[in-house]
Amino acid sequence: MSVIGQSIKRVEDPRLITGEAKYTDDLTLPGLTYAAFLRSPFAHANIKGINTDKAKALPGVVGVFTGKDFMDLNAMPCAWQASGAQNNINTPRAIEPDRVTHTGMPVAVVVAEDRYIAEDALALIEVDWEPLPVVTDSKKAIEAGAPQLHANAPNNIVLDWHCGDADGTAAALNASDVVVKQHIVNQRLIPTPMETRGCMAQYNPAADEYTIWLTAQAPHVGRLLMTAFVFGIPETKMRLISPQIGGGFGAKIYLYPEYVAVTALAKKVGRPVKWQETRRENYVATTHGRDHQTDIEVGATKDGKITALNVTTYANFGGMISTIAPGIPTTLYGRLLSGPYKLPHIHARVVGVYTNTAMVDAYRGAGRPEATYVLERAMDLVANELGLDPADVRRKNFVPSNEFPYTPADNLLAGLSYDSGNYEWTLDKALEMLDYQGFRAEQAEARKNGKYLGVGFSSYIELCGVAPSAWIGLPNQGWGAGLWESANVRMHLTGKVVVTTGSQSHGQGHETTMAQIVADQLGISIGDVIVQHSDTLGTPFGYGSYGSRSAAVGGTAVFRAAERIKEKAKRLAAHMMEANVDDLIYEDGKVMVKGTPASSKTIQEIALQAAVGYSLPSGMEPFLDETSYFDPPNCTYPFGTHICVVEVDAKTGHTKILRYIAADDVGNVINPMIVDGQLHGGIAQGIAQALYEGAVYDDNGTLTSGSLMDYAVPTAGMLPSFETGRTVTPSPVNPLGVKGAGEAGTIASTPAVANAVMDALKPFGVKHIDMPLTPEKVWKAMQSGNGGKG
Amino acid sequence: MYPAPFEYYAPTSVSEALSLLASNADAKLLAGGHSLLPAMKLRLATPAALIDIGKIAELNGITDAGDKIVIGALTTHHQVETSLLMKSASPLLSKVAAHIGDTQVRNRGTIGGSLAHADPAADYPAAILALGAVIEVQGANGKRTINADDLFTGIFATSVGANEIVTAVHVPKTNAKGNGVAYAKFPHPASRYAIAGVAVWVNIQDDIVQDIRIGVTGASDHAQRATKAEAALKGKPMNDSNIEAAAKLASDGLATMGDMFASGDYRAHLVNTLALDALNEAHHAAHGW
Repeated sequence: MSVIGQSIKRVEDPRLITGEAKYTDDLTLPGLTYAAFLRSPFAHANIKGINTDKAKALPGVVGVFTGKDFMDLNAMPCAWQASGAQNNINTPRAIEPDRVTHTGMPVAVVVAEDRYIAEDALALIEVDWEPLPVVTDSKKAIEAGAPQLHANAPNNIVLDWHCGDADGTAAALNASDVVVKQHIVNQRLIPTPMETRGCMAQYNPAADEYTIWLTAQAPHVGRLLMTAFVFGIPETKMRLISPQIGGGFGAKIYLYPEYVAVTALAKKVGRPVKWQETRRENYVATTHGRDHQTDIEVGATKDGKITALNVTTYANFGGMISTIAPGIPTTLYGRLLSGPYKLPHIHARVVGVYTNTAMVDAYRGAGRPEATYVLERAMDLVANELGLDPADVRRKNFVPSNEFPYTPADNLLAGLSYDSGNYEWTLDKALEMLDYQGFRAEQAEARKNGKYLGVGFSSYIELCGVAPSAWIGLPNQGWGAGLWESANVRMHLTGKVVVTTGSQSHGQGHETTMAQIVADQLGISIGDVIVQHSDTLGTPFGYGSYGSRSAAVGGTAVFRAAERIKEKAKRLAAHMMEANVDDLIYEDGKVMVKGTPASSKTIQEIALQAAVGYSLPSGMEPFLDETSYFDPPNCTYPFGTHICVVEVDAKTGHTKILRYIAADDVGNVINPMIVDGQLHGGIAQGIAQALYEGAVYDDNGTLTSGSLMDYAVPTAGMLPSFETGRTVTPSPVNPLGVKGAGEAGTIASTPAVANAVMDALKPFGVKHIDMPLTPEKVWKAMQSGNGGKG
Repeated sequence: MYPAPFEYYAPTSVSEALSLLASNADAKLLAGGHSLLPAMKLRLATPAALIDIGKIAELNGITDAGDKIVIGALTTHHQVETSLLMKSASPLLSKVAAHIGDTQVRNRGTIGGSLAHADPAADYPAAILALGAVIEVQGANGKRTINADDLFTGIFATSVGANEIVTAVHVPKTNAKGNGVAYAKFPHPASRYAIAGVAVWVNIQDDIVQDIRIGVTGASDHAQRATKAEAALKGKPMNDSNIEAAAKLASDGLATMGDMFASGDYRAHLVNTLALDALNEAHHAAHGW
């Protein structure tokens, strides 16, 4: 039986469960020193002077450094300069020398014998601040007279980007039976991985080399950006190790000022330096996600066929540009606005804006949750306007299953097409799990008794397995590199297999799933395969883990390298068996003569011969060792329908989730348990956006939701038991037929919950409330409605 | 997350703790540490010395003292929540303790620490007021008692003196026939503190409310009694219409506070809503329904 598709227990778990896993903060080195950063209390200010004398004099302080000490280093690079039209890039430096544009930016750093002394010294640094006017709202920031953050970005505009067809969309809207307009806010979120960011750096003066341990989702990219772009040194002069990582959700993809500073400090002070972020720092200085203000116009015929969608979005970028920020609200948002629907005309305009807030970059889903929220609210608004069933409106507009590959209208996807799909299948499955007709009857009965139940739908697609290099690197897409992935598979003399991958695992379970791929391919025990990753020494270059790409792109590289091992094994076996290679087949871990299974060589016997090299065919090199670099021909497009059932308490406005149903199609599944786990976590995060989470800045640019006492990350008790169903529509884009599952839950769940609450509030005449749907907002909307009389 | 330097003392008796308190300027008492330590880690509090009273055995435990129960100041929320004596003889505090934080918090946090800290959104204060509990404190001049009604004076402020230690809480038994208690709470989704919380103790004899006390937490700068709602029920039958009328008065005169999660107006509405729930539950409990 194939090990693909089996819920194999994760090989990572014993070390995690027993607490033996080593995170960055668990690591130490002889002579280690500790860094602490002085952060700006102002959201916008000039630094007129800094006096570090008192801090330097504190016993135990090794050194105190300010921005001018790091001017030999370049500012951080922006690796995804999307939008050719207007793109004013201002990226942070290790330490800002003159000016800050959001609270929490580092303005000085102390290195001390321990972190407590370093923190004591921070209090002794004197900064002469000149506070400047502050703007935190993206629409206010582009108004005339707003505070200006960067001289090269008039009106605080980072980019002004379009996709689709403006004229065709306007004409189609004019000709529509109905046009629904709505202002929709997708609020700012804080990623909140369990492990905050951290970095430890060591400099070896004899070799002029750095070794850094860093919480990185993309170790090779991190090293590339740090060496070639910031330090201006050969990439080979740095080894980057990403130890055990306690979650990233996108926020650990990027190169951050603190990492650069700590690395430079290791050389400056001549001792290793470590910095581990506190939660407070994590909230003000690590990237945030989302923060869109959007106006939509959606046209439809009387029977609910969508005719056109026009979207204008103001995307808040924060005070500086993070590593891949420009690509998120453009390529990964605007180009996904057709969703699972066959929309005749689409146009999106995205205005990127600087404000005095923390940098915004990819957060789990990255653009696709925002696009799905816009579309799925639009579907419900249209259904509501026309008095149609929201499930029927979705069904009516789905891309039919016989039209794949499907190319969205108006060159929305810049040349790509959806790979495969059967959207009605997941809708039907979810409806069946719900018992839709039964629910509507129950809802009507409950309303009579003053109980307000609601059901919300969310049909989605996502774009995973990013991405064909030639597509993502197109001039107007702006990605500055490729997006292939790599793997090396070696079978040692003992028959044990070592897999190295350029991909990175920060909770996804690669050590299990990639071993399943190899074990299945080679017909060996999964216990004979070890997967190594996350160290630039010993792994092939790779672009890292994000965008639900590791299985579809990295997994395929592993598959292909294993396939090459099999081919070489067959050629060697032909030599060993004095047979013609064309007469041999590879099956169950053996090479055998077709139709004569008794005449065979095991892969272990072949590996031994390959390793010792005593008798090889002419021209064959010893050892079974193969590498693959897989550049996908297309992205993958998972899809599904989620349904949420809620009860809204009329007395308090509190929303309780009664049922949560998820019918997803992520293509073939390597490990169902891991896929379910990914979906569960994603759904929890998406529900949290709908009901609980929201980053809030006050008018001074201070983050008032700056701690876990204020920012409501959900606990298990706040969530229902998830009911997951699955259909399987393999992807034709890769030989594994996999699509990706890391972000689907987050993408689908937010609108399902919001739509359910609006459905519950329908008797009150409420059409839309912006998230998070806190009890007070919901209760107030119910008060201003018509009393629930329908 | 890295506190400033401080001296640390661990006395083993109340008198030793009191002399340390008198001799160390800017010292803070440390019990469960659930309020003080987070503030210190953020350097919002930088006491010169911590006097850890956690090792004073005489302050820990729950004792049956005839018509009342004496709860030592160091008794944890978990002990209060699970005490069989409390559950049978005076169950309100057990019910309230079950709402505090999470398991880890309840295993460390103490009743004396919570009351002395006087967080405006803590759960215990509402119950202490509803029960008419008596707080025992000790200072250089010996012991004195403070009625619950006189304990909370403002935001994070009490009538406990700077050099006094809360040593115990005296709670009346509420298990006589016709007594009912209840606590209704609307928690903050992040902190689990009360956005609003209402505690009720009612004594009903011959269907008439003989005595009633209602404590409200979370909605204003310190926990207070809902005296107008109490007056609306005292001496009257505890029926649905009287309960509803009283509940509508629960927030009357309360100077409610707002934050980014809930406005003052909404908190006032919640207080009335929770009062209705708590009054109904206490009514049922009084009848053994």
